[in-house]
Amino acid sequence: MTDYIIKVENLVKRFGDFVAVDDISFSVARGEIFGFLGPNGAGKTTTINILCTLSKPTSGRATIDGFDVVRQHSQVRQSIGLVFQDPSLDERLSGLQNLYFHAMVYSVPASVREQRIKQVLKMVELWDRRNNQVRTYSGGMKRRLEIARGLLHYPKVLFLDEPTLGLDPQTRNRIWEYILELRRREGTTIFLTTHYMDEVENADRIAIMDYGKLVAIDTPEELKKIVGKDIISVKTDDDDKAAEQIRLCYRMDARHDSNGLTFEIANGEEFLPTFIREFGTKILSVSLRRPSLDDVFLKLTGREMREEEVSDIFKAMLHQHSRRRRR
Amino acid sequence: MNNLRGVYIIWYRDLLRFWHDKMRMIGSLIFPLLFLFVFGSGLSTRMGFLVPGVDFAQFMFPGIIGMTVLMSSFSAGISVVWDRELGFLKEVLVAPISRASVAMGKTLGAATVALLQGIAILIFAPLIGVSLSVWTVLALLPLMFLLAASMGSLGILLAARIRSMEAFTAVMQLLMFPMVFLSGAFFPLQDLPVWMSILVKINPATYGVAPIRQVMLGASADSPFGINLLGHTMSIWDNVAVLAAFGVAMTILAMWSFGNQE
Ligand SMILES: Nc1ncnc2c1ncn2[C@@H]1O[C@H](COP(=O)(O)OP(=O)(O)O)[C@@H](O)[C@H]1O
Ligand SMILES: [Mg+2]
Repeated sequence: MTDYIIKVENLVKRFGDFVAVDDISFSVARGEIFGFLGPNGAGKTTTINILCTLSKPTSGRATIDGFDVVRQHSQVRQSIGLVFQDPSLDERLSGLQNLYFHAMVYSVPASVREQRIKQVLKMVELWDRRNNQVRTYSGGMKRRLEIARGLLHYPKVLFLDEPTLGLDPQTRNRIWEYILELRRREGTTIFLTTHYMDEVENADRIAIMDYGKLVAIDTPEELKKIVGKDIISVKTDDDDKAAEQIRLCYRMDARHDSNGLTFEIANGEEFLPTFIREFGTKILSVSLRRPSLDDVFLKLTGREMREEEVSDIFKAMLHQHSRRRRR
Repeated sequence: MNNLRGVYIIWYRDLLRFWHDKMRMIGSLIFPLLFLFVFGSGLSTRMGFLVPGVDFAQFMFPGIIGMTVLMSSFSAGISVVWDRELGFLKEVLVAPISRASVAMGKTLGAATVALLQGIAILIFAPLIGVSLSVWTVLALLPLMFLLAASMGSLGILLAARIRSMEAFTAVMQLLMFPMVFLSGAFFPLQDLPVWMSILVKINPATYGVAPIRQVMLGASADSPFGINLLGHTMSIWDNVAVLAAFGVAMTILAMWSFGNQE
């Protein structure tokens, strides 16, 4: 029988009439890396706040290591560590003092305190700035300090709420190495929320949340099988006409999205050469890829994971730019 | 054990922040010193002696100390509202230390900082012509601390209940200034209009200012520094008992209130 460290049963959280978490149930095994994936506003942070005793559920039940998050909150607080989504540092203290405060509050034994503070500060490359007040840090440095702080005491369950948002890939990798090492050595369970797909590739299992509900929960490989086929994106000089043509010739509904037209097909490699040779509308670009978790989300909810207005504008600009050059 | 460490680290953080912020120390002294030298000196020559040997500046001096301690400790509650606004409070509330020890640590932190500011004013005693023996100072320190802790816990209690910065500031001003002005800090408590006399007597700060003055300027039974409550002239110990009862009640409420917040 699996040893579940987090158990959530029929959890509901309302804010007035608004249902932020809508009757979700799931369990997380001890030592697992569990990814909680969903667009902004899905209810991920609300769920974490309940599991961390910072907010009370409207109904339903949750336990951490057997302790009820409402009735046994002090035992729960003993067992967990948390990297918040929103800032939570004392900006008037130095980086070192923030970590010292945390170590004291979480009873990190005096014998390992100094050494462990040094270790995490070096990991996030803030050792040289340890004596500066946090308000003099850049946004990225503050984030790194918060992650370092979350890793300072070795909790049974570590909650990471969008931990590496806005960090560069190198730092991300180093932090992930440390987290994986911590799990290997201490058997730490890691509960991670994100709306970055690549971040949950490390996860053993992923729950996909949308509008307060869980729409799927499985390993990344199994989730990708939901899409199953290969994904082809084409850009043409007349996407509407091309979509019509795809419907007629291949009996398939192509979606309009930020990449032009997208459709799924089995054995994409064999399909592509014939497609390019025979297609009536002029093709500007075409790409073939394996399904990602983005596609899984799209398949399950009918919407794209990230409503990337900014990045869409950026792409449009690039597009115009390249057209102008071609002329 | 866990709880003691919690109280200690919360208290320690407040002192660290105070130390980082030396301008606050200087800034918080300007107002009371202005009061003391401008009002005290200005009115002293005009009013002469209130009691034989005690002019107005000397009379006001213990009041100014009380005011400094009260305002500093009471307004320290604002740091809790700040912590909530800036997110640090989450780090504290999710930690495995009891909420009661958080409230206790905050109260003691506020009280310690206020005590340091009171001591800084005390240093000006010779300029006002108030002579202090070592024993007087040693008696004053616990009295100042008691006033600071009582008002500190009141501030923390409010901060646990009031979420927004604006609301907290408004409520604080609304309570703090009447408490200071109706505490007998700036005028003798004898021969007041009835309504004022009632307000003075239900004001907890009165029982903090009076013993400071009694210790500093003398506490004979017929001195004008005592409070007459229902025909009984309050001794130093009587005042201390009333203030301590208030302080303990506020601390318990603050600890309870902190434990209840999401
Ligand atoms: N304290 C609150 N009061 C009212 N609504 C809230 C509160 N906290 C969160 N919400 C709402 O609940 C929804 C879920 O929010 P959140 O859990 O932060 O989403 P996520 O972390 O997945 O981006 C959002 O629509 C948000 O506006
Ligand atoms: Mg969130």
